[in-house]
Amino acid sequence: MNWIPVCPFPDLLPERGACALIGGEQVAVFRAHDGSLYAIGNQDPFSGAYILSRGIVGTRNGEPTVASPMHKQVFSLTSGVCLDDPGTVIPTFPIRVTMGMVEVSVK
Amino acid sequence: MTRVLIVGNGPSAHRLAETLTTRGFTGSVTILGEEPRGAYDRVALTTHLTEGRDLAYPDIPGVTAVVGTKVVSIEPAAKTVNGSIPYDVLVLATGSAPFVPPVPGRDLDGCHVYRTIDDLDAIRASAATATAGIVVGGGLLGLEAADALRGLGLETHIVEMSPWLMPRQVDEGGGAVLKKHVESLGLTVHTGSGVTRIEGDERVTGLLTPDKGVIDAQVVVFSAGIRPRDELARGAGLQVGERGGIVVDDGMRTSDPSILAIGECALHDGQVYGLVAPCMTMAEVAADRIMGGTAAFTGADLSTKLKLLGVEVAQFGAMAGALDVTYLDPVAGVYKKLFVSDDASTLLGGICVGDASPYATLRSFVGSELPAAPSDLLFSPTAVELPGDAPVCSCNNVTKNDVTAAIKEHDLTDVAGVKACTRAGTTCGSCLPLLKKILTESGVDTGTGLCEHFTHSRAELFTIVQVRGITTFTQLIDEHGTGRGCDICKPVVASILASLHNGHVLEGEQAALQDTNDHFLANLQKNGTYSIVPRIPGGEITPEKLIVIGEVARDFGLYTKITGGQRIDLFGARVEELPRIWRRLVDAGFESGHAYGKALRTVKSCVGSTWCRYGVQDSVTLAIDLELRYRGLRSPHKLKSAVSGCARECAEARSKDFGIIATEKGWNLYVGGNGGFTPRHADLLVQDVDTATLIRTIDRFLMFYIRTADRLQRTAAWLENLEGGLDRLREIVVDDALGICADLDAQMAAHVATYADEWRATLDDPVKLRRFVSFVNAPGTPDPSIAFTTERDQIKPEILQVTSR
Repeated sequence: MNWIPVCPFPDLLPERGACALIGGEQVAVFRAHDGSLYAIGNQDPFSGAYILSRGIVGTRNGEPTVASPMHKQVFSLTSGVCLDDPGTVIPTFPIRVTMGMVEVSVK
Repeated sequence: MTRVLIVGNGPSAHRLAETLTTRGFTGSVTILGEEPRGAYDRVALTTHLTEGRDLAYPDIPGVTAVVGTKVVSIEPAAKTVNGSIPYDVLVLATGSAPFVPPVPGRDLDGCHVYRTIDDLDAIRASAATATAGIVVGGGLLGLEAADALRGLGLETHIVEMSPWLMPRQVDEGGGAVLKKHVESLGLTVHTGSGVTRIEGDERVTGLLTPDKGVIDAQVVVFSAGIRPRDELARGAGLQVGERGGIVVDDGMRTSDPSILAIGECALHDGQVYGLVAPCMTMAEVAADRIMGGTAAFTGADLSTKLKLLGVEVAQFGAMAGALDVTYLDPVAGVYKKLFVSDDASTLLGGICVGDASPYATLRSFVGSELPAAPSDLLFSPTAVELPGDAPVCSCNNVTKNDVTAAIKEHDLTDVAGVKACTRAGTTCGSCLPLLKKILTESGVDTGTGLCEHFTHSRAELFTIVQVRGITTFTQLIDEHGTGRGCDICKPVVASILASLHNGHVLEGEQAALQDTNDHFLANLQKNGTYSIVPRIPGGEITPEKLIVIGEVARDFGLYTKITGGQRIDLFGARVEELPRIWRRLVDAGFESGHAYGKALRTVKSCVGSTWCRYGVQDSVTLAIDLELRYRGLRSPHKLKSAVSGCARECAEARSKDFGIIATEKGWNLYVGGNGGFTPRHADLLVQDVDTATLIRTIDRFLMFYIRTADRLQRTAAWLENLEGGLDRLREIVVDDALGICADLDAQMAAHVATYADEWRATLDDPVKLRRFVSFVNAPGTPDPSIAFTTERDQIKPEILQVTSR
């Protein structure tokens, strides 16, 4: 695992995302209400725009989700599956906090 | 190809052409109308006069409608009209003509009938130089005409031959109550009185009665009944009735099998019909027959419910019976009567004056066993469950089963949906409470929960937040919801919190609730960039400020476009550029235009009396005042407004959520309009008010809407769904029927006092500013996926690769 530091944990707002640029890859990172972290690809597969980090974070049947700000499709933050169109899956990435720094692994 | 030619362009003709088109008729449909305009809603004629409402029906695609062409002859053998226009099927929908009794003086200047838009325009012209008017005829149309004369400011008299008003709809007891209502409005009623002659040389000066002398007036409107227009049919040798009307069979066929007749000109089974519902049914039967069907017209229910001069009047079924149950409250002006069979088991009919609420339910029980004691039926009719085949909307022939089926098939959740799918409630609207009841009976919770996290409607959440003084989403969802919310409930709660507390939308936890537009205070575009709209109140801008916008757009390379709301939109800004762009704009005196928010957008204006030769009021100043008053007001959906300086309406105010049109005496306020997917003209809420009254009324209208509307429900749909409609809204915000106006006023005052520009507040807050980066780990790096090409000397987003559809 090649962990890349992204930002200090407190820089992430609860229930809001941010985008990290890691070796040309755009990764959307999210901090849930309980402090748990998630990382998914930032590109919205339905519009092609790199915007998922700017979506609204929430839950569907208890599963943490983000809704695309473009056309509102909802994605699981744990599996990357689009819950409104389960054939569509976006990448997910390992994420952790080390010494107060949020780290993501893209490979 | 079958050529259908329709003579006449009234509601029946329109419905026939519309039915043929929607049912996929493959032949050609041509309508010939003699009036100089297209088809319009004659039922709502009076509103043209009193509210200036546009009554035109929309054009029907594929139908050729020729206006201003009078048909003078039919040649049945050659199958042509006017000697040359060919047809395969001819439909006569020539309607009827007002009957003018043969009294001396009836052709004098100032004498009118009440039938067409031209008639109404002529009445208005005569009224301009008159002080008093007389309507001859106290029936349904006569009272409507009297209301119109009253609306034009005339001292109004009604002269009716029968001993009481509306003799065809109510009995003597009902007539007496009705007369009291009408007289309380300042009208003078002369019942049991004939007309000897109309006085005057060229212009009317009065009307001489046999026993009450002369009534002075300068306008006389004859509304003494109608006669079917069957002269074309007579000329062509078709069979007509002894007392007029073109004889038709159950398939609407005349004595010539290639010629049909529908509407008020048709005589079916010895009866002509002057009400809209049977005429619509005839049109639908004719359409079915033309397409090879076997539909039959078998007579019609003549039940009516209407509101005239502010009084509800309803009649259904028979007007007599072996037994009757009568309720009379002379103080409140309410009269209700049910007719039942001699064993008191079967409902035969009934009459209501002053309160017609039992009508919708009771009408469907005519001829069947009484579902409850007659007195219960008169007072709480909605407690009774309707049978499935009960007609719910008789104007459009929709039964309860039709409504239930549509609710299931289309997953309908509100009255607006039922209206769109079934047409029920789209003509007279009297069945709207029934539609709501059927929705509830069908298991639709009409106060539907927002989403899986809240079982409450937006209005209920608003009340909870307000009454319990809740200030955070976490508290609300912990105590009243489940889970952690979603893209549906979070922006709703954000909007409610903003409406009630008016703090910065990005303050604390609220930031996490906002849609991306509100989160970045700009509008997300398809390639992930944002657009920026500075506020330009009323559309007025100095050259200096215009230059600043141009400079900012040039320096940041933004695509620039003038909006429909008299503002300027700057496209193509990346997230990290937004604060720098605002800084330049704010320093030049601009502020956020809230183009991104469910909030007041813009108050458009025409140039008004300051410059315009026709303007009667200063529309620009009012527009600016209103825009500055309501700027930043968060609401269930966007709010648009406009102010026009005269009746020419250059600002298109009637397509807005609240639109103001100047009059000689003050302002008219229209509410509930919008463009968009389902365009709707705004309705007149108050008339000729001064500026202070106008603003107070708008304050209350907006706050009441914000309190009670559903999520993403524009004022148009909200008003359509509001029980009691426009009249109820007026009672609430003008007459304070709910006693909440002081609250609404205070809430708006608090909004105005605490408004602050969101752009400036963000620029002043380093914590908030840190969010405006493309990459949290590389704040200076622009998003490499964003690229532009050039079109007409401006940027244009490159098309993005889409991996899923």
